[in-house]
Amino acid sequence: MSATRIYVPCDSAALSVGADEVARALGAEAARRGLAVDLVRNGSRGMMWLEPFVEIETPQGRIGYGPVRAADVGSLLDAGLLQGGAHTLRHGPVEDMDFIKRQQRLTFARIGVTDPLSLDDYRRHGGLAGLERAKAMTPDAIVAEVQASGLRGRGGAGFPAGIKWRTVLEAGGPQKFIVCNADEGDSGTFADRMVMEGDPFMLIEGMAIAGLAVGATRGVLYIRSEYPHAIDTMGKAIAIARKASILGPAFDIEIRVGAGAYICGEETSLLESIEGKRGQVRAKPPLPAHKGLFGCPTIINNVLTLAAAPSIIAQGGKAYAQHGMGRSRGTMPFQLAGNLQRRGLFEAPFGMTLRELVEDIGGGTASGRPLRAVQVGGPLGAYFPESLLDTPLDYEAMAAAGGLLGHGGIVAFDDTVDMAKQAKFAFEFCAIESCGKCTPCRIGSTRGAETIVKIAAGRNVESNIALVKDLCTVMTDGSLCALGGLTPMPVMSALNHFAEDFRRAPARDAAE
Amino acid sequence: MSYTSAAETFDLARAQDVAREEQARAQAFFGTACGNAAALLPILHRLQDMFGYIDQTALPMIAKTLNISLAEVRGTMSFYHDYRTARPGRHVLKLCRAESCQSMGVDHLVDHLAARHGLAPGETSGDGALTLQNVYCLGNCALSPAALFDERPVGALDAARLDSLIAEAQQ
Repeated sequence: MSATRIYVPCDSAALSVGADEVARALGAEAARRGLAVDLVRNGSRGMMWLEPFVEIETPQGRIGYGPVRAADVGSLLDAGLLQGGAHTLRHGPVEDMDFIKRQQRLTFARIGVTDPLSLDDYRRHGGLAGLERAKAMTPDAIVAEVQASGLRGRGGAGFPAGIKWRTVLEAGGPQKFIVCNADEGDSGTFADRMVMEGDPFMLIEGMAIAGLAVGATRGVLYIRSEYPHAIDTMGKAIAIARKASILGPAFDIEIRVGAGAYICGEETSLLESIEGKRGQVRAKPPLPAHKGLFGCPTIINNVLTLAAAPSIIAQGGKAYAQHGMGRSRGTMPFQLAGNLQRRGLFEAPFGMTLRELVEDIGGGTASGRPLRAVQVGGPLGAYFPESLLDTPLDYEAMAAAGGLLGHGGIVAFDDTVDMAKQAKFAFEFCAIESCGKCTPCRIGSTRGAETIVKIAAGRNVESNIALVKDLCTVMTDGSLCALGGLTPMPVMSALNHFAEDFRRAPARDAAE
Repeated sequence: MSYTSAAETFDLARAQDVAREEQARAQAFFGTACGNAAALLPILHRLQDMFGYIDQTALPMIAKTLNISLAEVRGTMSFYHDYRTARPGRHVLKLCRAESCQSMGVDHLVDHLAARHGLAPGETSGDGALTLQNVYCLGNCALSPAALFDERPVGALDAARLDSLIAEAQQ
């Protein structure tokens, strides 16, 4: 009898709740019982509330169990785990699970299915088809395909990727660079991390395609230091890709590790950091597409943007553009986080409403208390109240509602949240992470936090609220980059939608 | 990795080797476009991995090796939150304080660490076992509150799990 294949994820979310212990226990217990098993460490399916999520390959497809603890292994094997037997932790065929069935996985099609470091797995599941096709195309045709897809930068700004690529293609110069921004610092986001840990060859392929498209021979993958497992997996994948001649003298990739600065997710600050300097924002123009890394024309794109390139080139830009709504084409990997029952990664075409994601897919709060606020798009995104949950998730609709989609992170809060505290945190975070180059961000963030403290203490509340609003206008209009320019977004949304939280303290106007 | 294994005396000669290696590597990769300071972050990272911190005596050597000013080395090093100028505890617990973890009660855990273990963010315990450090997002937001214990991710933290991590650090 051949060995039964068992999957235990190696994604760091799964590891954080004991996946390694489960894998060890399964191996040891199977050996003790004389059962032949083939243990594969896959990426995560993105159903994090079920991690560690163990899957068994059966003639009926892959059967899922979770959340599995090491202590459950004995009872699972007793229940006939290897045949997909009944158990309280059994969820049935994974492909039939509601959370999986309702997604449209393009970028995440392989993640959780394959062994991330198996190049054979990658090829078997459609990998490298894009790069093969790109090799037979002219640079102009590759860029045209990306333009036809309507792909917009997934890092947050939503700039059309094809236009960026064309600008670099048309720029002159002996050296060009591809830089992948994997400095995913927004709270509530983890899609980049899951790609790097779950399907690293897809990112390598995407960067290689970008290299062919614009004539760049070197790529830099800038990963934040908070992601040690992603750094490790990408390092191994790059070594494998070099051995297989996917990378080489014609196009090679080097990993750069960040050093704990949120601001380095801003593209020009990231370039400074690779150059070995303080991560201070550059004034634009010149654009990185003209003068980027070491002054050379540079494509700098987010992980998800580059990871979308292989399937766009393999299946054509038109196929990709068929998904989505309005000017937001394709799919978005939404990340459900914070106080939700079902948290994880949900890839869907643009246009779902926030309510569908939070209530229907996410199942409401984990605490069981009423939902009060939802922050979309990371620490620079707006807090949405219940009344705005019907806003569709696309770039334009979110902007019209006074928010932003950002990198697709969604963090839910129950009714214990104090929105004045959240507004204060937004300013404090900006103060901690400000690069210091422009005054509105450097000084405004500290003054903003101080003023919220006064408001919370009931001191001259109305005039201090007016002061905060004024300060927010200055920061929005006068900051050099999105950190200072968008910190007002969480602050103002808290002030506008949760006004009562700023007027809780007994008035102490005389104390000023 | 635990700093127990890394905690050896800062060795300037070995630091010099690291600086030369990283500089050669950067120049080989970036070619003629390469700027002088390109190897600076990789050098600082490797020194901190080896010794647990970056000794100030290494900075003039790094400046000389890269042919940049001492001010540039200090400026870069002081800009980034990661780099330490002194040896940390034998273990480091990086606790996420960002919004997702806030929504799942990380502030209560900070209170617990102060009340039960007398440990505040940025501090090292009296026995030198553990340094507690604030970080903002570890990308484990679906399993908040989250932390990194040395390089091991820990998710769905509660007071009991924190207590056991601290006991582990004290071993």
